[in-house]
Formats: sequence, C-alpha cells, structure tokens
Amino acid sequence: MRARNWLFELALGARMSVAGGRAGWFRLGLIAVGVGLGVAVLLGAATVPAAMAASNARTDARAIDGYQDLPRADDTMLTSHFTTRFEGWSISGELLQPEGSHPPVPPGVSSIPGPGRMVVSPALARLLDDPANGLLRDRWDAEVAGVIGAEGLSGPAELFFYLGTDTLSTEHDGRIREFGTPGAIVRDPVPMFVLLTLVGMVVLLIPVMVFMAAAVRFGDEARDRRLAAVRLVGADAATTRRIAAGETLAGAVLGLLIGAGLWVGEILLAHRWGTGALSFYLADLRPVPSLVVLIVIAVPVVAVAVTLSAMRRVVVEPLGVTRMSTPVRRRLWWRLLLPTAGVVLLWPLYRGIDEHSAGYEIQVVAGMAALLTGIALLLPWQVEAVVGRLGAGGSPAWQLAVRRLQFDSGTAIRAVSGIAVSVAGVIAMQGIVTGIESLYTRSSASAPVRYGVAVLPGSSLPDRSWTAALDATPGVHDYRPLRIVRLDGATLRIGDCALLSQLAEVGECRDGDVFGLDGAVAGTTYRLGDTSWTSPATTRAVSRAEAEPTSGETLLITPGAMAGVAVQPDDTNFYVALDPGVPHAMEHLRNSVARLDLQAYLYSYGNDTVRAALAGMRDALLAGAIVLLVLIGASMVVNVVEQLRERRRVLAVLVAFGTRRRTLGGSVLYQVAVPVVLGMVLAVAVGSVLAGVLMTAVGAPLTVDWFGIGATSGIAAVVVLGTTAAGLPILWRLTRPGNLRSE
Amino acid sequence: MTTTVGRGTPLLTADDVHLSFGETTALRGASLHVYAGEVLALMGPSGSGKSTLLHCLAGILTPGSGSIRYGDRDLARMSDTERSTLRRGAFGFVFQFGQLVPELTCLENVALPLRLAGAGRREAQRRAATWLDRLEVADLAGKRPGQVSGGQGQRVAVARALVTEPAVIFADEPTGALDSLNGELVMKLFIAAARDTGAAVVLVTHEPRVAAYSDREAVVRDGRVREQEPAR
Amino acid sequence: MSVGFALLGLLENGPRHGYDLKRSYDEAFGRDRALHYGQVYSTMARLLKNGLVEVESEPGDGPERKKYAITHAGMTDVAEWISRPEKPEPYLQSTLYTKVVLALMTGRDATEVLDAQRAEHLRLMRVLTRRKTDGDLADELICDHALFHLEADLRWLELTAARLDRLAARVRP
Repeated sequence: MRARNWLFELALGARMSVAGGRAGWFRLGLIAVGVGLGVAVLLGAATVPAAMAASNARTDARAIDGYQDLPRADDTMLTSHFTTRFEGWSISGELLQPEGSHPPVPPGVSSIPGPGRMVVSPALARLLDDPANGLLRDRWDAEVAGVIGAEGLSGPAELFFYLGTDTLSTEHDGRIREFGTPGAIVRDPVPMFVLLTLVGMVVLLIPVMVFMAAAVRFGDEARDRRLAAVRLVGADAATTRRIAAGETLAGAVLGLLIGAGLWVGEILLAHRWGTGALSFYLADLRPVPSLVVLIVIAVPVVAVAVTLSAMRRVVVEPLGVTRMSTPVRRRLWWRLLLPTAGVVLLWPLYRGIDEHSAGYEIQVVAGMAALLTGIALLLPWQVEAVVGRLGAGGSPAWQLAVRRLQFDSGTAIRAVSGIAVSVAGVIAMQGIVTGIESLYTRSSASAPVRYGVAVLPGSSLPDRSWTAALDATPGVHDYRPLRIVRLDGATLRIGDCALLSQLAEVGECRDGDVFGLDGAVAGTTYRLGDTSWTSPATTRAVSRAEAEPTSGETLLITPGAMAGVAVQPDDTNFYVALDPGVPHAMEHLRNSVARLDLQAYLYSYGNDTVRAALAGMRDALLAGAIVLLVLIGASMVVNVVEQLRERRRVLAVLVAFGTRRRTLGGSVLYQVAVPVVLGMVLAVAVGSVLAGVLMTAVGAPLTVDWFGIGATSGIAAVVVLGTTAAGLPILWRLTRPGNLRSE
Repeated sequence: MTTTVGRGTPLLTADDVHLSFGETTALRGASLHVYAGEVLALMGPSGSGKSTLLHCLAGILTPGSGSIRYGDRDLARMSDTERSTLRRGAFGFVFQFGQLVPELTCLENVALPLRLAGAGRREAQRRAATWLDRLEVADLAGKRPGQVSGGQGQRVAVARALVTEPAVIFADEPTGALDSLNGELVMKLFIAAARDTGAAVVLVTHEPRVAAYSDREAVVRDGRVREQEPAR
Repeated sequence: MSVGFALLGLLENGPRHGYDLKRSYDEAFGRDRALHYGQVYSTMARLLKNGLVEVESEPGDGPERKKYAITHAGMTDVAEWISRPEKPEPYLQSTLYTKVVLALMTGRDATEVLDAQRAEHLRLMRVLTRRKTDGDLADELICDHALFHLEADLRWLELTAARLDRLAARVRP
C-alpha cells in the first residue's frame, strides 16, 4: 500500500515536471541533456577498455617475436618490420620471406604473398586505388594480391600490409615459426600517449559529472514554488521530497535515454572517423556490461541524492518557500582534503614518471581526479571568501551585483564550478601537450635546417648505390654524406662544414676543423682499426644544435682533418636537402629509399608526426571544453532567467524610479562575470600547477601555456557575455512598464 | 498647518489620455492636473484605471493618445532614456510592497536613487542616513529588507522616494499592505516630510482615511477622471 | 424629512394614487419600516400646501381615488435635494440610500450623488486628520473614532456605487 503511494508520488513529480508548461519542459530538457551528456561520456568511458581489449587481442594474434633462436626449417620464415609515411598517413607492415613450404600464415591472410606481391588492409587498398596516390603505388613496386581480413587488423582504418620478399637475411632479420608468439606480447609500460588519453578522459569526465550534479538542480526554485502549492493541499514534507525526487528521476531517466542515443552517435563517429590506434570495428564497441549496469543504476540514484541533499536547506511550507536564512558558513578544512590528496598522489611524479612501476597510471588519473574535483569543492569557499570582502563601492550596477552574490552565491557557483573544473583540466592538458610538443619542435625556434631529411640505411649497400639513387630522385636539391664511426665511449661524425653547422653551433668552419661535443676534447687519441687518430689542438668545444639529440662524447670532423687516415665508417647517413618547389619531393625520396633498401629509415627534421598527434589531441580537448562551456553557458542562462523572474517586482520598481537599463544589464553582467572570473583564477592556478607537475613527470621543459589560458579565458568571457546577452531580452521584458501592474 | 495650493500653472497635466492593454481599455480620455506642493488623492474602484493613470503621469507608461505635460515638456514625446532621467531627478516613488532591493541594506536602498543619479557613495549614504532619521528608522540602516517589518520597510521606501527631493512623489497604495496603526504612522511621516520639501504627492488609494491626508481628490471611474477643483 | 423627497421623487415617473405611492416606497425603501398609510396622506398634504404636488381627481371619487402629480417646483426641489451632499454624520445611510435609489429610479446619474457625498465626507475627514496630526493623543483618539465611522460610510458608498447596475435593474420600473 505504502509502496503504491510512493509510486504515485514519484509519478506525480514526473508529471509535474512537465505540467509547468514551456518552462517545465525546458527545465526537464536541460536536466535530461545535462544528464544525457554525462551518461554519454560515461558510456564512452565504459566502451574504451572493451574496444581496446578487442583491438589488442587481434594485434596480439599477429605479434612477431623476431628474437627467438630458431633453426631454419620448413615452417620458418624471415620477417622484417617496415614503417613509412605517405602524405599524412602512417603505414606499417611486415616483410615476409618463407624459408620452406609451410610458413606460418598471419591471421586474416589466406597465404603468404610471393616476392613482389603484397596483401593489404582494406584502408590501405583504398589508399592505393586512389588515382592521386601513384607515388604510393610506386613505393614497393609490388602487386596487390589480396586483402587482409578484419581478424588480422587492429581496426578498420589501420594501414597495414604484408609484403612478400626475397631480400631478407638471417644477419639482420628475425626468424619466426608462428604469429602471436606469447613471448612477443609484451605489454609495454603505459606509453605516454595512453597516459595522456586517460588524463584527457578524466579532464572531460569530471566537469561533466560536476555539470550533471548542477543540471539536476536546474530550475529548482520554480519547482519548490510548485511544491509549496502541493503542500497547501495537504502533502507533508516527506511527500514533497518524494515528488521532487520523482521530477528529478524523470529527467535522469530521460537523460539515460539521451545518453544512450548520444553514445550510439559516439560509436558511429568513432567507427567512421577513428584513425590509427583508435580505429575500431563496430563489434569492438561494446561497453563493459558491469559498467553499464553501474551507470544505469548510479546515475538516477545520484541525481535523486543530489536533489534531496539540496532540499535539506529549503523548507517548503504551504504558503511559500523558505531558504535557510542564516546559511552555514562554508568551512575550508574539509574542502582541502580532496585537493591535498590529489597533490599527494601526483607529487611523486615531480621527480619523473617511473613508467615501469605498476599502477602509476592509476595514481596519475586518481590524482588528477582528486585535484579537479577538489576545485569544485574549493570554489564555493573561495567565492564566498572573496565576494564577502568585495566592497560595494563602485557603480550601482556593481553594488547590486556584489550584494546579490553576498546574499546568495550558491546558484552562481554551481554553474561556474563546471567551468572551473573543465578549464583547469584543459589548461593542465594543454600545458602538458605543449610541453611535449616543445620537446619535438625545438628546431622550430631556430632557422629551418638546410638538410631537412636524414636517410639512415638499414643494410650495407655501397655509397655509390645511394648517391646514384639520390641523384636520380626528383626534388633532391643537394645531399651530404655523414660518416659515423662508433668507438668505445665516443663517436666520430665526419661531414663537411655545411652539414656540421647544422648539427652543432660550430660558428666559423673551414675544411680541416674539428669540434668537440659533450666532453670530447683536443688531444685525445682514438684507435681506428689498425691506425689511430688524435684530435688536434685546434679542436673547439661547441654545443649541439637545438634539434639534435644527445649522443654522448662526439667529435665533429671535417674531411680535411682526417685526410690520409683510412676510415671504415660503421654507418653512412645521407642528409638530403629537398627542393621545396618540386611537388611530392618527400614522397619521391621515400620511394627511392624504399626501392633501394626497404629497411632504411628516414628521419625528418621538424617531425610532424608527434606534433600532428598532439595537435589532434589538443583540438579534441578544446572542442570538448567548448561544448561543455556552451552547455554550462546554457545552464547559467537558466539561472539568470529564473532569478530575474523571481525579482520582477523589484526590477519594475527600480525602472520606475529611473534606473537605466544599462545599470540593470551591468549588474547582470557583473553577477555572472564575478564568479566566472574567480573560478577562472582558481582554475588557471590549479591547472598550471597540475601542468607543471605533469610536464616534469614526462620530462618536458616547464612552460606556461599562454595559448590554453588565453583560449579558455576567451571562451569563458564569451560564455559570460553570451549568458548576459541571453538574459537581457528577459530583463527588458520584465522591466517593461506594464509589469508594475501584474502583481 | 494649512496648505494653500495656488491654482497657477499645473506642474503636471494629463490631457485626454487614452490607453489600452490589448483588448482592455484602461484609460479613455482621462485628464488631470497636479499642482506644485499639493497632495492629490486618486481614488476610485479597483480596475478603474487609477494605477494606470499614475504610471502614465510618472512616465512609466506611454499613453496611446493624449498628452502628459510636465512643465512645458510632453512625456509622451520623450524617449525612454529621457523619461528615465526625469524619473530619476524629478520624481519619487512609493509602492505597496516588494519595492526594496532584498540584497541591499536599508541605507543602501535609500542611497540607491542618489547613486543612480551619479552621486558618490559616501555622499549618497550620508544623505540617505539623514532621511532614515527623519522617518524614524535610523536604527535599521544596516539591516536588509527581509529583516524589518512591513511598516518599517514602507518608511524606508518613503525615505528612498524623498531622498532626491523630487518635485512629485507618486505613491501607489503606500499603506495597502499595512495595518491601520502602521498605515497611519507611515502616512503621517510621509505627508509631513513631503510638505516640508514642497514635493507634490499623487496618492493612489482606496482608503478614505489615507485619502484624508490629501488636499483634494480626483475620482477615476471607467478610465475617466472626475477632478475636484483645487481649493482657492 | 427624506420621506417627502422620496415620495416626490417617486412621482417623477408619473402621477400615482396614494396607495401606489405607499407600495412603491415600501418596495424601494421600506424594507425595515413600511410607511403608514396616514403618513402618506399627511406628507402629501404638506407637499400639496407647499405647491410641490397637485391633485388630479378621477371619476368615482373617494379619498383613495386621488391621484398625485409632481409640479415643476417639486421637480426642482427633488433635483436639488438629490444632488446636495448630506452633512457627513454617522448613520445617515438611510438618507444616502434613498438618494441613490431615487436617482436611479428617476434616470439621474447616481455616481454623481456618490462623488458629491464623498467629496463632502473627505472635506470633513481632512479637517479631522489635520486636527489629529496637530493635536495630542486625546485629539487623535477622538478624531480617529469619527474618521473610522466616516470611512465606513464612504466604503459603503463605494460599495453601493459598484453595485449600481444591479440596483438599477431592481428598482427601475
């Protein structure tokens, strides 16, 4: 019986949520969208582990362990990994050379392609079929004999191939007897990108949670007034709480449906647009069932809990709504617990990440989460503390706004905390992304290098072959060989002045000069096979060029300084200057190199791979943050409108005695702007510290992310202005002269 | 104290004012004169259009036709900004309830019109304090409207209407929400202060005892005014 | 006093017999206190003496067959009486009521009666208010007593004004 009453009350609440006419539907819609977004993100988060697992399972099945000690047999095969780039795409594959008649066959492939033949992934096939990509077809000079099945690929967008060959040798290349050797499946310590992705998810997830918590309270003042009417006809306080719960529940359930819809959109998008490691088959995109159950149960429960806890401070009486007139002073100490825990968790990272210690990523993510959630807790205290100290001097508009905030800052804070948390997260992310980026783009600061590509041969071909190939490549403007001699504890790099000046800050350089890097000094004698060579007294200590990696004690030697010494270089690299005027010069060079030596490596200065990946990540984050800020802006509009409605009488009176609309508009602006600015200050501070810790953790130089701060501040300013602008028409309508009459 | 109201030129004149709100016609040819320094009671049954007429006289509403002249200026022809400026400087207002800004203290509420007119905070609050004192609510200066009684709040509102020493004060049922005792007190202090400053008062009321504080009355009925001739 | 004017007013719509007059009066004003038949005749006699009514005789004679008609002077007197506000004093409802109803029955503007009366009341209330404002507590209490009674009168007048339409529908022949 009792249960049926409860159900009736819950249903009554649900009905009442839409009975309020357009305003009621709008409120329900906002709650539903707010909850829906949260649910979509949560479902997305619940899907990623399953999708990654499915994808990993397939790449595990084709893993190659090239370091086994296997005798040649009928069922063995030589393999070599190959990666290349074409335009913006990264392409990888395996070169296969069966040694007998029963070689192992990788998953998704029916038979090993013979020399000069290849099987490719569908995505690569499409790329190859594109008439515009003739240069890519020329790269391998191979005939496409088939397509790799889904079971052999990480995802539908993977660019992957198996190329049959007869050029591999046991000297350089691995021998396998099977694919998916268990020993080959070494789970890498969580790589930086995965860490960044995890952190990025936390950064988006927490503000969504905060937003969800705020969303279920949208328009609750109007609801409380409706509940007062219900009390008048005899409902008791407990009943009104259950009716309120029913209203929230309606929004939360609708939110679950919207969230599910958005999630379907999410996976379709991921399926359609996912690239590289983040491309998945639809079948992979199944959320972990236990997590789904958790979401479906927890979201409505939390929504109702938030509603009920908010109603603790409101007394709904039959004749109206009383808010606790003497609000409890906000205490600081417990609000510091969570941020402190976050700092404690993140602190060890200050000395650098030990990628091999187990669970460090959990520590990072938990620390981030604690710190970001801490912001949402700290903000109310901070706003109260600051606003309480603000003088009400200044213009009347300012006075009205400040006094309003001192009177009741809760509503404003709820909306702003979402902004603060997301901005702090984005700045932290931006900071770390910028930091890593700067690791890869140090050269971008100095003048562009003359020899933009280094060719590192993978097999020992005579120099002649290379020079002939380079000479014949269209778009190769110039190239220089760099001979490298590796000795115990030192490296000799022999090249002419033009090249050396790219590798180090050599200053004046003439043939015959020698330069010391990283501790290499004059008068040191090096044994070179049968002969020896002593660095001359003129050897000058210089510093590395910015873009060059450290390589230990190194001597940079012009050919003239070694004249007459028989040098047998361990490696000869070719530094190539491309003619920027020739289209696809880079692809021509890659083709020439690939045809000569499939295992050669091309190093491109101004590495744009990492940069592009990072930029993509940053764009995604920024886009997420913008969507979030727009939503938060919408919720702030609701708050502002509701508040204006409640005060229509006072507004009309203010207008009656001659208050300029500008003054009223100004007070709305200040009222929105002050909490946002305070939230931004807290967010930028915490975000920057967080970024600093993360940058230290990944060993990136400490930089302040002015772009991120500027962009997010700009968006926040737009949100403030937009919210105010959206509130103004209602303000004008409410202050229309006729409104004094309506009471 | 006897008050003689010169007939002279009216301070504020409504001439053949018509105004409709959609289907309903509120004023149909209302004419009225307000002379400097007089207290004029606007009486009439509910819905007769007396509040609407008050709002027209105060430049809050613009008549559909007819003119409202203040001195030699027609309020109907002025821009919204100009009328706002006029209301800030020359007019004061007391309403029935809910007119004080709930977040501001009583002192700040009274100082607000001065601040809106451009006075500095200190100066505005100093003058506001003297007005709170005159209306015998000086001890409420630091309180918020929510913390004071209805009668006290109305006296604060009267102080706010008078603080700019306007030429006309418009009072719309100023005691409507008060009991007799508080109503009498508010009226006594209000009219005494208005007479001291020489402000004219247009008093909308349906209570004869409140109207008895006036010098003469005008009756609004069906959107028209029956105006009593001013005493000679 | 007002009975005379009331009967005069009733005649404005046409000559009537004495018995008719009594019934009309009782219907319109005599809710609590019906007019004695003799009172009608004595009043009519006085009015006749003052030249405010005249008598039309009808064939068949007899005292009850006398028909009274209002004279021009009578009409002027009634008009003057109706539009003249009463001196405000407590408990004059019966007179005010008579005036309002008569005004309606004779097609006059009853609101003018009310407005004139209100102005008269307010004039006295202003005096009392001023005395009270300038006087001591005793003055204040005494004046307030009078003010509340006058206010009650005026409120009743307002109420009557608001109900004029319904009243008119009932009293108009």
